[in-house]
Amino acid sequence: MTDQRGPLAQARDQIRRGERTAEAVTREALDTIQRQEPSLAAFTAVATERALAQAVAIDQARSRGETLAPLAGVPIAVKDNISTKGVPTTAGSRVLAGYVPPYDATVVARLAAAGAIVVGKTNCDEFAMGSSTENSAFGATANPWALDRAPGGSSGGSAATVAARAVPASLGSDTGGSIRQPAAFCGIVGLKPTYGRVSRYGLLAFASSLDQIGPFAVTVDDAAAVLSVIAGQDRHDATSAAQPVPAWTTEGDTRGLRIGVPRAFIEGVDDSVGQAFEEALAVWQDRGATVMDIALPNASLAIPVYYLIATAEASSNLARYDGVRYGYRTALCPTDSLRDMYERTRDEGFGAEVKRRIMLGTYVLSAGYYDAYYLKAQQVRAKVRDDYAAAFKSVDVVATPTTPTPAFKLGEKTADPLQMYLADVFTVSANLAGVPAVSLPCGLSQDGLPIGCQLAARMWDEASLIRAGAAFQQATDWHWRTPTAIEGRESVRPPPPAAS
Amino acid sequence: MPVTPLDTTEVRRIAALAHLALTDDEIGLFGRQLAEILEYVRQIQSEDTTGVTPMSHASGGDAHERLDEPHTPLARPEALKNAPEAATEAGLFKVPRVMA
Repeated sequence: MTDQRGPLAQARDQIRRGERTAEAVTREALDTIQRQEPSLAAFTAVATERALAQAVAIDQARSRGETLAPLAGVPIAVKDNISTKGVPTTAGSRVLAGYVPPYDATVVARLAAAGAIVVGKTNCDEFAMGSSTENSAFGATANPWALDRAPGGSSGGSAATVAARAVPASLGSDTGGSIRQPAAFCGIVGLKPTYGRVSRYGLLAFASSLDQIGPFAVTVDDAAAVLSVIAGQDRHDATSAAQPVPAWTTEGDTRGLRIGVPRAFIEGVDDSVGQAFEEALAVWQDRGATVMDIALPNASLAIPVYYLIATAEASSNLARYDGVRYGYRTALCPTDSLRDMYERTRDEGFGAEVKRRIMLGTYVLSAGYYDAYYLKAQQVRAKVRDDYAAAFKSVDVVATPTTPTPAFKLGEKTADPLQMYLADVFTVSANLAGVPAVSLPCGLSQDGLPIGCQLAARMWDEASLIRAGAAFQQATDWHWRTPTAIEGRESVRPPPPAAS
Repeated sequence: MPVTPLDTTEVRRIAALAHLALTDDEIGLFGRQLAEILEYVRQIQSEDTTGVTPMSHASGGDAHERLDEPHTPLARPEALKNAPEAATEAGLFKVPRVMA
């Protein structure tokens, strides 16, 4: 059995015991970020002043003998589509250049109340639209395991910096796999909570019926510690649920756990992925779990359904970026109309993938196409959800590989949007159904690239994911493998896209 | 398998609805790419959904309405701080003239 105390628990305990100050832990994180940035480019902003001020305040509280909050002094990175008061928040978009939120997202306020130190904002695909973090106005982030490969996306910066051990944990957002897929590509844990478990207040909306904020960490135990702090109803988000937040246990007992595997659906994955997945199932079986075949008959329709619903919602949510109240505005000449300003601001401010999705979403919502595309997608979405409901009558969790392949190369899929969309084949269903899901590191390919295994559970049953995930990590050491020699290596990232 | 691109008039109509001043290159590119994506997603149309209630969200009906309590909104100077152009003293966002 390996030690389950991850980097987060270690830092927290050292600060509590007075072995290290919060300031020392925070400075180390900031220094590591600074050393790694030339290779990784995981951050869009580093909040040095805010972080150090918070850390010093925690050290002062400790010296006064005050009880420390649950995450006191723990450095955490936050995806750049989550609002941070006084720290630039752009969602990786030129259209929000210069935007500094006047308020904190609820998750950020809760992290701060729990004593966590927000050290910076992490790079992501623009408005979380992408699977490689290449669609960012800041340029791509590199995968710490292989700098010429994508870290996954859209929360690629959050995954890369935790994988590189610069910070013990980070927050991402997951609309169709944007936490789990980069977690798999970077060899760490990524958890998408049940829809409504975590407040979306202050998250820059992409697809409101699918978006959910969740943690990245090295261990399931560390991820659960972050989730405990950010979960729970929030009066600022009407879709945050009144469900009680349980004390999640990471004892990792999987005796009697029933794991369902949709065999037909996962056929055709990369050999290395298939092999690591089977070995993961065997680990749970050794620890008393039962593995059985299940069917998710509509799972193959999840990608088309997702890209219809997500783009429809995005076309509406992104209407607010018009050059009036915040961010970028096109250069105006005296003859320009208000409409000219809107249209040019949006064409110049948004990147290609965001424009493509706004166009698709506008199309499927427009007169004459609504019923055939959008309404139909909502109906098939109900069938995808019902598949899960049926499966969860006989199993506790559904297991699949997180992705069909390990991390692909930067630039490999950017020319073909549809190929990029297919990278999400195993992850989008959980968002459509609203169920929680986690990706766990479960192997390395022959090229030494991480492989992820995904578990999904019933609505509100993060407990089963945490229990099964902790059991897996007690029996394996994949989560302790780290990428080597990140610092000082030449970055091979392509330059940022030229502004149009 | 080559897919017939969307007609440029159609692409321009959608761009106008979306308030996007697309370049001619973008009109051509999106016309091709949207046609390919639509061809792919069209597979859901053969699915039998007779009697299936459309699903608009996943919150299981327990979404709540907020309490109708007064609260302090964002102060006007704070709200204007991020504006590309504002008449700060008048407390207004500035935009191009909308009336002749």
